[in-house]
Amino acid sequence: MGHTLAEKIIAKHVVDARPGDAGLSPGDLVQVAVDVVLSNDITAPIALREFEKLGVERVFDPTKVVMVADHFAPNKDIKSAEQCAMMRRFAREQGLPYHYDVGRMGIEHVLLPEQGLVLPGDLVVGADSHTCTYGALGAFATGMGSTDIAVAMATGQIWMRVPETMRFVYTGELQPWVGGKDLILYTIGRIGVSGALYRSMEFTGPVIDGLSMAGRFTMANMAIEAGAKAGLFAVDATTRAYVAGRANREYTMYASDPDADYAEVIEIDVSDVPPQVALPHLPENARPVAEARSVTIDQAVIGSCTNGRMEDLRIAASILRGRHVHRDVRCIVIPGTQQVYLDALREGLIETFIEAGAVVSTPTCGPCLGGYMGILAAGERAVSTTNRNFRGRMGHADSEVYLSGPAVAAASAIVGHIAGPEEVTA
Amino acid sequence: MSHDNKILQGKVWKYGNNIDTDVIIPARYLNMSTAEELAQHCMEDIDPAFARAVSQGDIIVGGRNFGCGSSREHAPLAIKGAGVSCVIAESFARIFYRNAINIGLPILVSPEAARDATTGDRLIVDLETGSITNTHLGKTYRTSPFPPFIMQIIEAGGLIPYTQAQVHRRAAKESA
Ligand code: SF4
Repeated sequence: MGHTLAEKIIAKHVVDARPGDAGLSPGDLVQVAVDVVLSNDITAPIALREFEKLGVERVFDPTKVVMVADHFAPNKDIKSAEQCAMMRRFAREQGLPYHYDVGRMGIEHVLLPEQGLVLPGDLVVGADSHTCTYGALGAFATGMGSTDIAVAMATGQIWMRVPETMRFVYTGELQPWVGGKDLILYTIGRIGVSGALYRSMEFTGPVIDGLSMAGRFTMANMAIEAGAKAGLFAVDATTRAYVAGRANREYTMYASDPDADYAEVIEIDVSDVPPQVALPHLPENARPVAEARSVTIDQAVIGSCTNGRMEDLRIAASILRGRHVHRDVRCIVIPGTQQVYLDALREGLIETFIEAGAVVSTPTCGPCLGGYMGILAAGERAVSTTNRNFRGRMGHADSEVYLSGPAVAAASAIVGHIAGPEEVTA
Repeated sequence: MSHDNKILQGKVWKYGNNIDTDVIIPARYLNMSTAEELAQHCMEDIDPAFARAVSQGDIIVGGRNFGCGSSREHAPLAIKGAGVSCVIAESFARIFYRNAINIGLPILVSPEAARDATTGDRLIVDLETGSITNTHLGKTYRTSPFPPFIMQIIEAGGLIPYTQAQVHRRAAKESA
């Protein structure tokens, strides 16, 4: 019996694997060696306290421990400042080359791939649920808690259960303005927020072959929103082109065997999937954008680890260019990293946003998790390119978040209610 | 763990499906990280009365996919800090499940017990046998026991003490 991409990567990282082992099966509990251990300004403080308790002096390998101050940074208040300071102190003591502070930092899941810190075939654990984003690179990456991360930082190892894999096959022709975000929202709409619970999702098919890296990162990013442990793509020419010039070390490419065992195979014809919007308060409430047309909005957020890449900003700018944000809407654009910010500036996108009446922020998670930089009041509604629309996620418990891709968010910002891109571009 | 604290008793706080980590502990409080501080805001956005009215030993009962969303360990920490002795649900989101075990918050999957229980019922949970008794309904439920590896972590008191023991064993072997 063959193995899936996820199973092969995990098998390669098993500690003390016995030669001649027949390979892994879903359900096996294994101890694995990790290539990258990630934490951020809200999860590192807890991890560091646990790390201290372990009585280990040094992290297992300073070049594999990555820390990013992105959630509440630049520091939003004194408590956040203390959390960032704690992380900074630890990074200095341990001599961590990949501690990213303000000025170098970006939203972690945009930043790590951009910097070439995660490569195909890697096994990555992060104290952040959207660590699954790196599955786009053909890596096995999964979110864990701070205690897990403390142990991984100290030992370079962690336990995990080998997940079953669900295969998704996308066929057909993409409609105009439909991108990775629409595909993943539609998929979560089909299977529900626990539709892939404990499983690994594998995204395949001709539509995926044609999808850009940005689109793949967006889809892998939201695997967790279906309950999945990871969301993977096989490595192809698109992946290799992205990694070229970023990778400073060797990497390995894995592919699922033709006779791999899948828990489920789901085929999705994208030909009649229009741009999507997920209604409050769950990502599974995905609907065609036309069904949410009557919803007026107070805010539009374009950014986050889901849609804060150059391609996303280009799409938003193409719609906002020469038009103006509705006077009752605050439109907030957040480039994912310093590099994205700079590229957008050089390409004239930032000018487009400002001329359209949007504000542009330094990279930060900010409003995505209701931290700062765009908190909603009671009764307010936002359309947002982020990944979660749980109750209270962007502010007051009585506010609402509608998830969409950058095209719908930009169009809605102009019209003042949820709108498809063709409503403004036609 | 002595046998006594393997028997838990408490009043039920019942919630629905997909209780996410943003309602368990809203992100606006993530600039704090101790269980005591976090506990004061536990479940605030879905049940403002909870944090004040919960008593030591009470049990949270949820539906499907309890704890979905972010990886924040603040969520089980807030629940534990509030004095909750265990969480029972129809199913759990995987990161929440790991986190709860790692910090020593007992967590049981029992679709039947979770569906039958209502707020205010009293439950008796025996962690050793995995049985849950609803004294109000006079019904007892069996849950499947933890896999041996997970049980080792729980018996050690969480992932940190478990790893400490391993680190020490390795150090002893190297110096021998
Ligand atoms: S942008 Fe949002 S979802 Fe992504 S890491 Fe930051 S807070 Fe989490």
